[in-house]
Amino acid sequence: MIYRLFPNPELELATAPASRERLVERGFERAYENAQEIGSDTVIQHIQAIRLGGRGGAAFPTARKWLSVKNEAESIKYVVMNADESEPGTFKDRELLLRDPLGPLTGLLIAASAVGAQQAYVYVRGEYRDVEIRIQEAITVLAEAGWIGPGKVSIDVRRGAGAYIAGEETALFNSIEGYRPEPRVKPPYPTAQGLFHKPTLIQNVETLANIALLFAHDVDWFRAVGTDATPGTKLVALSGHVANPGVYEVPFGIELGALIGDGQYGGGTGTGRPLKAVLMGGAAGTFITPQEAFEARLDYPDLAKFGAGVGSGAIMLFDSTADLGRILTGLARFFADESCGQCVPCRIGTKRILELLETQRLWDRRADLKDLATAMTDASICGLGQTAANALVSAMNRPSLWNEPAAL
Amino acid sequence: MLHLTIDGVSINVPAGTTVLEAARGMGEYVPTLCWHPNLTPANACRACVVEIEGSRALVSSCSRQAEDGMVVKTKTERVHNARQVIAELLTSTNNTASAGDLQELVSHTAANTLRFAGGETWEQPLRDDNNLFVRNYDACILCYRCVEACGVDVQNTFAIAVAGRGFDAHIDTGFDRPLPESDCVFCGNCVEVCPTGALLDKKEYELRQSGRWEEQDITTTRTTCSYCGVGCELELHVMDNQVVKVTSPEDNPITHGMLCVKGRYGYEYVQVHEDITEPAP
Repeated sequence: MIYRLFPNPELELATAPASRERLVERGFERAYENAQEIGSDTVIQHIQAIRLGGRGGAAFPTARKWLSVKNEAESIKYVVMNADESEPGTFKDRELLLRDPLGPLTGLLIAASAVGAQQAYVYVRGEYRDVEIRIQEAITVLAEAGWIGPGKVSIDVRRGAGAYIAGEETALFNSIEGYRPEPRVKPPYPTAQGLFHKPTLIQNVETLANIALLFAHDVDWFRAVGTDATPGTKLVALSGHVANPGVYEVPFGIELGALIGDGQYGGGTGTGRPLKAVLMGGAAGTFITPQEAFEARLDYPDLAKFGAGVGSGAIMLFDSTADLGRILTGLARFFADESCGQCVPCRIGTKRILELLETQRLWDRRADLKDLATAMTDASICGLGQTAANALVSAMNRPSLWNEPAAL
Repeated sequence: MLHLTIDGVSINVPAGTTVLEAARGMGEYVPTLCWHPNLTPANACRACVVEIEGSRALVSSCSRQAEDGMVVKTKTERVHNARQVIAELLTSTNNTASAGDLQELVSHTAANTLRFAGGETWEQPLRDDNNLFVRNYDACILCYRCVEACGVDVQNTFAIAVAGRGFDAHIDTGFDRPLPESDCVFCGNCVEVCPTGALLDKKEYELRQSGRWEEQDITTTRTTCSYCGVGCELELHVMDNQVVKVTSPEDNPITHGMLCVKGRYGYEYVQVHEDITEPAP
């Protein structure tokens, strides 16, 4: 077991998650001061040196984002922590914020000073009431430490109202501004025109926690685990037919087979039946076969070989009794329910896919489905519509999962 | 000037030109459903998508500004597939009988209107709750034009907005109130910009229903609105020597095609022939 993003068990027992002691013991106080001292250019160089990518799913290079916002000439800028985690099978930000909220918030404050923002927002999923309370407690600790308050950065918490789409960064800005959470067309990118049309840095909870860790230690410490391509650790959420469901911190590069089968992690299906399929990266992710899963490692270049990605770190397991058609219908219903309805390919496309699955005409209609999925991926405004058919297409491209003779 | 390449042809356009304007300017066919020359692009219909080198997904050309060195392709297989599927999805959902632009997209992409049909549609009763226009939402493709015309783009009344989500997203007056109970001021600018006939003047609707609307018999006469000092330019659409509709030219620099309730609907007085000879009792 490795403890970096999560505090080690002794510390977790000895200190409250939102407490001054935790702030000091975890090195976050050192991180905050260290980052102030070395200045924003060096801060961004260090982030570049650890090759940090966004941990929300898209893995965009963090240093590039920070540099873009920093270089904007506007006097008003914003930083936002995206804690609107809402995808089926994804629950790692919740765990992280409940167990160690000061890490992500320290990262948020470091981000604010590095890019020159005076106002920070935390956008937290509406259903995560317990998380919101924990964040408020942590903000109080930071205020007592003198890091936030008048003349310094202020942090406001905004709660979502139950829409998955509000986690899309530009929809999230609309939601904070009081509008319907509909994604905006990019460009302009958030780094140039984001929240209130000002340059905005928006990062996932886990990304910001990594920032706090980096400056609590140093580049070499950070790079000591993980792979060359992706140093550090990842929070993965195991669910489905798995003996030990939950959130685990693992180094990048760990064998997926170990993650699934090893007793200290998943511990196998736990049903006594063999594994049938693995959904990597959540509802918008990729189905892989057990053979693929046992060859792959948890890293971007490695998973790319199977057309998959790390995504948000959600890994869902299904044993031999799983009815793939029903699972895909559930995922399709999720996207049809959560589409905002703004653009035609997603608004009607998600509905038609759901209908095809419900009437079990998937394989008769494979040519139509392929065109529809391609149009949705190509022409939808945002990531929701662009990835809504991913899991379905990946499953149909693996005929062995269905005992079908040919792929989509 | 910006220098870009569209379908292999290099052209120069002034800064601020959209990719749509640039492509149409050189004679390319780029369909649009939600785009309107006098409204902010809504980016909703996605029919205008093109391929731009360096972009993973297709790009809506109506809102994308041309950039120096941009390489645009408007005729690729991906572009064709996206447009065809969009036409097929809309025809599987909506009544397209009076949606001219959509019908053109269907024929241009050789869309199979039955391909995705058979599922849930937008069939619903006509909303006929006032004397000036009717709302026939089974023809609504959710282009957002009416919302924009009612909002910051023209009228600043905000009587309507999109409500619901996914397939249930729809134009709403607020809890689906009848229009007279909503904030609507009946300027009819939503009717003016509607591309599918989902919103229709009551007069036109009634004439069409009774089979008396003869497009070829209608003549238009330009005049000036007599109600106030602004002097908006009007186009009177006249059939059988009766005004049946009033619009304003889309390219008029004052109105941009938009009018108020009096200019658009207050025309009955010109065709009342009983002279008033005594004061009302």
